[in-house]
Formats: sequence, C-alpha cells, structure tokens
Amino acid sequence: MCLAVPAKIESIDGQKATVSLAGMRSDVVTSLTPEAKVGDYVLVHAGYAITVLSEQEARETFTILREMVQGSE
Amino acid sequence: MNRLSAIRDDLATQWRRLGDRPGGVQLMEVCGTHTVAISRGGLRSLLPEGLRLISGPGCPVCVTDQSYIDQAAYLARELTDVTIATYGDMVRVPGALGSLAEARSAGADVQVVSAAHEAVALAARRPDRQVIFLAVGFETTAPATALAVQQARREGLGNFSVFTAHKLVLPAMRALLAQADVRIDGFLCPGHVSVITGWKAYEPLAAEFRRPCVVAGFDDEQILTGIAEILRQLAEGAPAAVSVYPPVRPEGNARAQEVMAEVFEVADARWRALGAIPESGLELREAYAEFDAARRFKLPTFESHDPPGCRCGDVITGRCLPTDCALFATACTPRRPVGPCMVSSEGSCAAYYKYHHRQAGKEQA
Ligand code: SF4
Repeated sequence: MCLAVPAKIESIDGQKATVSLAGMRSDVVTSLTPEAKVGDYVLVHAGYAITVLSEQEARETFTILREMVQGSE
Repeated sequence: MNRLSAIRDDLATQWRRLGDRPGGVQLMEVCGTHTVAISRGGLRSLLPEGLRLISGPGCPVCVTDQSYIDQAAYLARELTDVTIATYGDMVRVPGALGSLAEARSAGADVQVVSAAHEAVALAARRPDRQVIFLAVGFETTAPATALAVQQARREGLGNFSVFTAHKLVLPAMRALLAQADVRIDGFLCPGHVSVITGWKAYEPLAAEFRRPCVVAGFDDEQILTGIAEILRQLAEGAPAAVSVYPPVRPEGNARAQEVMAEVFEVADARWRALGAIPESGLELREAYAEFDAARRFKLPTFESHDPPGCRCGDVITGRCLPTDCALFATACTPRRPVGPCMVSSEGSCAAYYKYHHRQAGKEQA
C-alpha cells in the first residue's frame, strides 16, 4: 500500500495536476509538492504527489514500475 | 544486467569480509512492497547461505489490529445511513463480524476509493449519508488523510469523518528490536515511507541499537545494493542510517510533515501481534475532533487476536515464514484468505503464495 509511481505533470490547476503515467492520464493532488511545475516528474501515491523527481530519478523508477506491472500480470 | 552482476559481486565481497558469524545474518525488510519485490525477483535464492531476509510489519492492512477490523465491520453493518469508504485492500480482511465485502453483500454500503479525496467527494455528493473513511497506512499515506480532513472542513462537510488506524514505522522497528526472541541484524528500510520522513529519521535508531538502517527502492538492483550496504556496515562495525534510493532526501518532505502535524497528534496505537506500542500511531487533534469517527459514533470493543489458526502475527514480527503456517496454501489461499497477510497484495503470505507456491507447483507439474 506504500506503492508509489512516477508520473509527468502535463498541466496544473490550483492544487490539482493532470499527469501522464505510462501513457495514461490521471489527476493528482499536488498540495504536498507545491514546488512542482508543468513538465516535472512526481512520485504519486494514492492520488497524491509525494515528491518531485529529477528526470534521472524518474527514469530509474520507471524501470521498476514496468517490472511491477509485468509482475502483477 | 552488467550493473546487477557488479552489485551481486559486491554483495558477495561484503559477505566474505564479514567472515564467520555464528547463526549467520538475519535482516528484516520492513516494507510490504519490498517483500513482494523480493519474492517476485526470487532474490532470496541469490543470497549467500546464512544470510536470511525476514518480513516485517510493513503491510498496513496486516498490522491493523483485529479490533479495528471488527469495529469497521460494525460501523458498516449496524449503523443506518453510514457509507464506508476504504482502500481496496481492507475489503476482504476476515473478522468476527465477517469482512467488509460480506457486510456489503448483506446490504451495507461499502465503497472502494483509491484516494482520500474521493471519500470527501463522496460525502459532498451524498449529504444524506454519513461517510466514514477508513484511514489506514503509514507515513506515506497519512498526509493524504490529513489533507482530506482539511478539505472536508473547508467544504463544511458535517457528514464526513475518518476512522484512523494510521501507524508510524519507526516506533514499530524499535518495538521489534525489543523482542528477545527475534534476531534482527539490520533493517532494509521502506523507500516511500522515507520519502516523507527522510532517511535521517533512522539515525537515532541506528546509533542507539547499533543496527544498519538502509533505505532502498524497489527493483532488484536497489534491493541488492541496500543489502550489500548493510553487510558493508556490519563488516566495518559502523552501523548507520543511509539511503541508496535517490528520491529520498535527508529531511524528507517538509510540507507533508507539516500537514500531518497540523491535523494529527502522535498517540499510542495497537498493532496486530505487537500490541500497544507507545507513540506509534496518529490520532486527530482536538481541533479536528468533529471529523473523528471514533468520537462521533459509539463503538463496541472487540478482541485483538489473529483469526483461529492464523499466524499472521508471527509472520509480521519475523517469528516465522508464511510457509511455516499450517493453513498456508491449504485452508488459506488468496481466494479464501484466513488472515490479512493473505488478503493484502502486500502481505507476506500473499507474496509467498503468488511467487513461491505457484512456482513450486509448476516445477512439480
Ligand atoms: S497463511 Fe493464512 S492463516 Fe497462515 S499466517 Fe498467512 S494469512 Fe494467516
């Protein structure tokens, strides 16, 4: 339940952002990452961004996500 | 692949440096997501003989006291006009009054949400219902609950409350070290809890108990790097708190810590198998008392124990492996779980069932 996944911010509207996550769009709350900007990667846990990631960090975590998704199939 | 073999070489080198240690080395992976990743990657079989990994209390559903599970089912079944909003993992946990899924079949209104704000939205849409959000989870999840409570206040929702069972990982690690019969030589610390708390939060524990506390991420490389770092610290006799997981900052997420502290205060909490641990949970502050389901509704207390025959409590405290439980894969399976460790996608029993039991079955076939 502490699973978190990286996603890229496409647009921000107040405390909410639209992110893309492996090609899928979803909404996340950004109140915990007020510094997040459009184009940033964030780590998303249960609908809330919990930290901003560097691109390098995001790329590394993407590999994990891919494995996780394959693992759950 | 090259990187992975370099990490494995390093791990083997550190292991040799450690030399002969009577009884080997036993490390605990505190996080349920680690348990799943370790089983999925078959990482235990890559470790040198004598180096054991045991699971810890890192699955929020599994550590939730049975009394809370039964109280949630009571709220769902016995009170009229109540809607229970919960993360999906909680729905199938068996209890004295049956699971929430069974309550739903019996007519109770139980809704699965994937974010805390969805529970608030539910309350806004349904002014005729009392919406109770089952707030379980560790430091990773608690800030979201805090934000949801603040949102409900802003929106003036008198029909929203949270039934909290939020827990803090660090006090539980302390309690585990106090158990005389469970040996833990080092901790693989949870990556996403640490995104919130920061890796420095483990420094007092590492210093006081002289145990390596290494935060790692969730792929094979991360986990093996973390283990190699623990072994290096043991070999050098220099236990410390460090992180090998890049997203974890030394001080964590300050904004998340602030929001949590605004809404919650640290309180004693009951854990499955570990019992009451001082200052190991979060309760709503007096200023937010109106959103506290435990104060809004009269709740009977229930007994705190594992379901009959279930060793979930021993599993999450490192006393036994899932396969040591007589019910594992016989009476207890993911389709018909006896205890929470088989229900939750992050429970150790579910992870063992999915990756080891099935594999063993395939090999036999
Ligand atoms: S296998 Fe089932 S009954 Fe045994 S400890 Fe795990 S959850 Fe409990």
